[in-house]
Amino acid sequence: MSSIVIQFLNGLAGASALFLVAAGLSLIFGVTRIVNFAHGSLYMLGIYIAYSAIGWASGSDGPGPMGFWGGVLVSAIAVGATGALTEMLLLRRIYGAPELFQLLATFGVVLVLKDFALWVWGPEDLLGPRAPGLQGSVAILGQAFPTYDLVLIAIGASVLCALWLLLRRTRWGMLVRAATQDREMVGALGVNQKWLFTAVFALGSALAGLGGALQIPREPAQLLLDLSVIADAFVVVVVGGMGSVPGAALAALIIAEIKSFCVGIGQLDVLGFTVSLPKLTLVVEFIVMAIVLVARPWGLLGRAPGPQRVFAGGHEQPLQPAVRSALLAILALLAAVPFIANGYTVVLLIDILVFALFAASLHFLMGPAGMASFGHAAYFGLGAYGAALLVKAAGFPMETALLSAPFVAAAGAALFGWFCVRLSGVYLAMLTLAFAQIAWSVVFQWDTFTGGSNGIVGVWPSPWLASGSAYYYVALTLCGCGIWLLRRIVLSPYGFALRAGRDSPLRCDAIGIDLVRMQWVAFIVAGTCAGLAGAIYAFSKGSISPETLSIPLSVDGLVMVLLGGVQTASGPVVGAALFTWLQDTVARNTDYWRALLGGIIIALVLLFPQGIVGFIRQRFGRSGSL
Amino acid sequence: MNILSVSALSKSFGGVQAVRAVSFNVEAGQLLAIIGPNGAGKSTCFNMVNGQIRPDSGSVTIGGVEVSGKTPREIWRLGVGRTFQITATFASMTVRENVQMALLSYHHRLASWWPRVMNLYREEADELLRRLGMSEQAHRQCALLAYGDLKRVELAMALANRPRLLLMDEPTAGMAAAERIELMALTAEIVRERRIAALFTEHDMDVVFAHADRIVVLNRGLLIAEGSPEDVRVDAQVRDVYLGSRR
Amino acid sequence: MKTLGSILFSVGLVWLQVHAAPAVAQGTIKIGELNSYKVFAAFLQPYKKGWELALEEVNAEGGVLGRKLAIVSRDDNGNPGDAVRAAEELLSRENVSFLVGTFASHVGLAVADFAKQKKVLFIAAEPLTDKITWQNGNRYTFRLRASTYMQTAMLIPDAAKLNKKRWAIVYPNYEYGQSASAAFKALLKKNQPGVEFVTEQATPLGKIDAGAVTQALAEARPDAIFSSLFGADLARFVREGNTRGLFKGRAVFNLLGGEPEYLDPLKDETPKGWYVTGYPWYAIDTPEHNRFLNAYQKRYGDYPRLGSVVGYATVMSAVAAMKRAGSLDSEKLVAAMEGLQVDTPFGKITYRAQDHQSTMGAYVGRTASRNGRGVMDQFHYADGAKFMPSDAEVRSMRPRD
Repeated sequence: MSSIVIQFLNGLAGASALFLVAAGLSLIFGVTRIVNFAHGSLYMLGIYIAYSAIGWASGSDGPGPMGFWGGVLVSAIAVGATGALTEMLLLRRIYGAPELFQLLATFGVVLVLKDFALWVWGPEDLLGPRAPGLQGSVAILGQAFPTYDLVLIAIGASVLCALWLLLRRTRWGMLVRAATQDREMVGALGVNQKWLFTAVFALGSALAGLGGALQIPREPAQLLLDLSVIADAFVVVVVGGMGSVPGAALAALIIAEIKSFCVGIGQLDVLGFTVSLPKLTLVVEFIVMAIVLVARPWGLLGRAPGPQRVFAGGHEQPLQPAVRSALLAILALLAAVPFIANGYTVVLLIDILVFALFAASLHFLMGPAGMASFGHAAYFGLGAYGAALLVKAAGFPMETALLSAPFVAAAGAALFGWFCVRLSGVYLAMLTLAFAQIAWSVVFQWDTFTGGSNGIVGVWPSPWLASGSAYYYVALTLCGCGIWLLRRIVLSPYGFALRAGRDSPLRCDAIGIDLVRMQWVAFIVAGTCAGLAGAIYAFSKGSISPETLSIPLSVDGLVMVLLGGVQTASGPVVGAALFTWLQDTVARNTDYWRALLGGIIIALVLLFPQGIVGFIRQRFGRSGSL
Repeated sequence: MNILSVSALSKSFGGVQAVRAVSFNVEAGQLLAIIGPNGAGKSTCFNMVNGQIRPDSGSVTIGGVEVSGKTPREIWRLGVGRTFQITATFASMTVRENVQMALLSYHHRLASWWPRVMNLYREEADELLRRLGMSEQAHRQCALLAYGDLKRVELAMALANRPRLLLMDEPTAGMAAAERIELMALTAEIVRERRIAALFTEHDMDVVFAHADRIVVLNRGLLIAEGSPEDVRVDAQVRDVYLGSRR
Repeated sequence: MKTLGSILFSVGLVWLQVHAAPAVAQGTIKIGELNSYKVFAAFLQPYKKGWELALEEVNAEGGVLGRKLAIVSRDDNGNPGDAVRAAEELLSRENVSFLVGTFASHVGLAVADFAKQKKVLFIAAEPLTDKITWQNGNRYTFRLRASTYMQTAMLIPDAAKLNKKRWAIVYPNYEYGQSASAAFKALLKKNQPGVEFVTEQATPLGKIDAGAVTQALAEARPDAIFSSLFGADLARFVREGNTRGLFKGRAVFNLLGGEPEYLDPLKDETPKGWYVTGYPWYAIDTPEHNRFLNAYQKRYGDYPRLGSVVGYATVMSAVAAMKRAGSLDSEKLVAAMEGLQVDTPFGKITYRAQDHQSTMGAYVGRTASRNGRGVMDQFHYADGAKFMPSDAEVRSMRPRD
């Protein structure tokens, strides 16, 4: 009994921490519709700043209460100001850009902030002091429970109440709620939208900073916090329903309690199998998210979003003769590369080709079909693991494995897509993420089959393909065909039907288009192509590890597509080439390469808010002919 | 010959009877208008015919096939074309491509992966657009079109299904007076020439009385009058409803 | 028109690749080094200082084989795919003679397999996975650090001596933690029949739910705890455990817990009397370590971490191999590495011919707190050579080349 109570309290403390960071994200998303990737970085910044501020205010025997709580407050304010500045200097300039484009800018911010923290605070973990007066524990039913955790629970609850009052009882809060329901309408009511957005950003960021700062007595400040927090925060926001603060609180509570009890229960014997529940904590929040979204497509307390901004999406046209001959020239040049350039160019080009196909397959979903996927790496990884396992476990010849592996990815896409196409917008995207994480955790933990966290090594091409240039031609052929096929499909009746579904589901229904089925097939097509990319990747590296299904690769895919521009099929190809090449070059030449890469991305975002190819089209193309 | 038969159709929302036992028929080559004051049940009635709302009881048959419970998609397959009160077209596509999409659906070619849309049913699409006076606009993107033109695109898409039945929700809403008359005249002409049964709701009484062959008047979910424009015009109950109660 | 950008870009790309290949300084020997500098910065910044120091010393003494030595270093982003690309680049564009480095196990394994495919020497510096020299061992790969198995085995004598009956285990949920726990259980059972393992907590790496884990461990009422946590997870676990009194009256063993990288952040929170493996740089008094310590402190004005020793010893191993081989030929280098003896700050180590594992050991001792800092006390050096499975076992695990 006492253990249940204590684990429940542990869960409450965890929920409080989770809620603080998720509430800010939920507010920001609700009002501005920005998928703010940098929210985890703001949280990280919060804990670092608090560490320094408290340290500065400390005497020889640690901080006094003023020093500690003052430091926490300073940190929240400083992070709030950082968020407001980011909004004013960066995001405000790109609200007109296509949906999700702001994600790219915030990704740049993540990279910059990470290196900034490394530069200021160094690489070592920094464990801050305990809160003065709250160092110890209290006995609850004979068990020791940290006093500070009780305070944390109380702070979480107070922040929830304060936010609720702010949103329900003030004019500003009313505006925020109205904007969450219908952004255009608030603009039409003559409210200064700019400052509303800035204020929401400042408040949301300050909450992230506060959430980070309050963790000082519980965990060290460290550089990996940003990414580990952001995924959790998004899950909480989506499970709760985007824009809903009580929803975020409820979701945080559910997830934290489930985690806590998974750890508390430990091993469980079910039908003769021993299930290790603590191992489940690796992925349990994503399982919760998948279940919630399948049952309630807008989260627990979310409502169907109001009218979305109408964005006349991409319009693919057949190539004109001049462009066609230019493309042929590029192909000829690519075919000649092994003769004119050194071995590494070929290696790098294989990577570029692989990611170009990967990005093109993601674009197929995001652009024509209008379905953003945050978990596209799943299909890449399934293809890669499919290839490796077909060779290693099933004993297939390498060539057969390479060509069969995409079907493994197709099967995964068919399964995941079947659920995803019943959702829309960011909820759909988050469900793809949930499935990708579940697939990742299976691969990560199934040691006997997938090699677990170490992955599978010794996946090399057949001897006749062993030379770099032979394999390069395979990659060039397969990736080229894949990209060409995807583009060809976009121009076909099926591709048009997908676009039709993106433009107007209502009209689709009225002219007899089975949209859900079309979208499901789109998942399978995109998954197959991503799987092909993954299989080519596996054999080009000789090994494969769970990274190939992980969030960072999914994010890279999004970055590539957005960098190039979602409007045309050539956008992701250019984006993939640029991003891969930049990463390779920048990483080689500077210590703070992440900050530099982030800075370049931010600069590109500001210069080309339609993506690079989108910009070229807008600048040089006649709208009718391109 | 009756194309559309509606009999004893009822629907209530949370205790409010929106439509009560309404029955009417539409014949081929005939335009039937549903009118009534706000809240009379026009839209509910209309949406039960097109499959967006499922009736509580009663039946709707199109060409003798029962359609209540069918989805809009299945209803299109029975030879029904429709237009929306607020136009719904594919904004990123050109006018011609919009019509081509409807034609592709009619010809069951939507699942083909290989041929290019630009070459498919192009003449047929252009022929429809010519009939609706949209030839000039065929290459323009729908996102850039004037509202009246979008209504014509919708009509062209509906006609691409070679419909037996045409359903139009407020076909002239949001248009200038001259344009309304012109569009409705054209619609009526096509409906008669192709022997299509047409059902539409409409606010504008000028349009209704100028072009409808028959009119159904609803009030508070009940059918209170049905007949030719002349009959309805003189119906006492209708005058009551529209001109206010004298009781 | 829309592909104008792609045309320009591709042309530019090819041009850059053709022309940007750096000029090779004549006569310099180049070694390729790759590591996850950004992902595991806490360990790898000192590591980098370590190999830079070694490099300077080698060159001050005239280099190797009469030539200057250069190290071309790359960030592998903590990702095997990127690591293999970086390795390709080092080999084909930088023309390095062989490869050293890596931190994470899966990256180390991927590069090891790449080395085998390319028939080029690879000295894995830090990855701890047993597989790199055993199950997945290959002709071209050697490993410096004591493996997970070896370091776990170093804790076994103390653990068995205590003769505690009920053990709880907590580990980060990935290969390192899994194999540490498996090795610990197997070895302790062998040394102390009748031992009981009452609970196991596998926590997500970097995301331990410390409060819940501490509570769950306490409820199992163990006499002793074996942990292989490190980094932020360790700090959280220690703080929660201290607050909730988990460690009171219980023996705790923590693999890697004495490494400055993980011990220093604990400061006054450092638990007392834990059995750990690590590196007490402040108290090792041997000539070879004193020399290294002085040189390092003089060069950087900072104390070395374990990473510094690893970086330093990696370069020293590479240099010794080249000297012994008298050549940069891969096969000769591999032959020279087998049975190679190298002087390191930890004393002389040997790269065993049978499994390419070095005998570099670790310090085993007990944690203590001194002036608000965590230190290792009552420690001794555990020579890696003494904590290996039998040669027959190694032979059965390791594939034949």
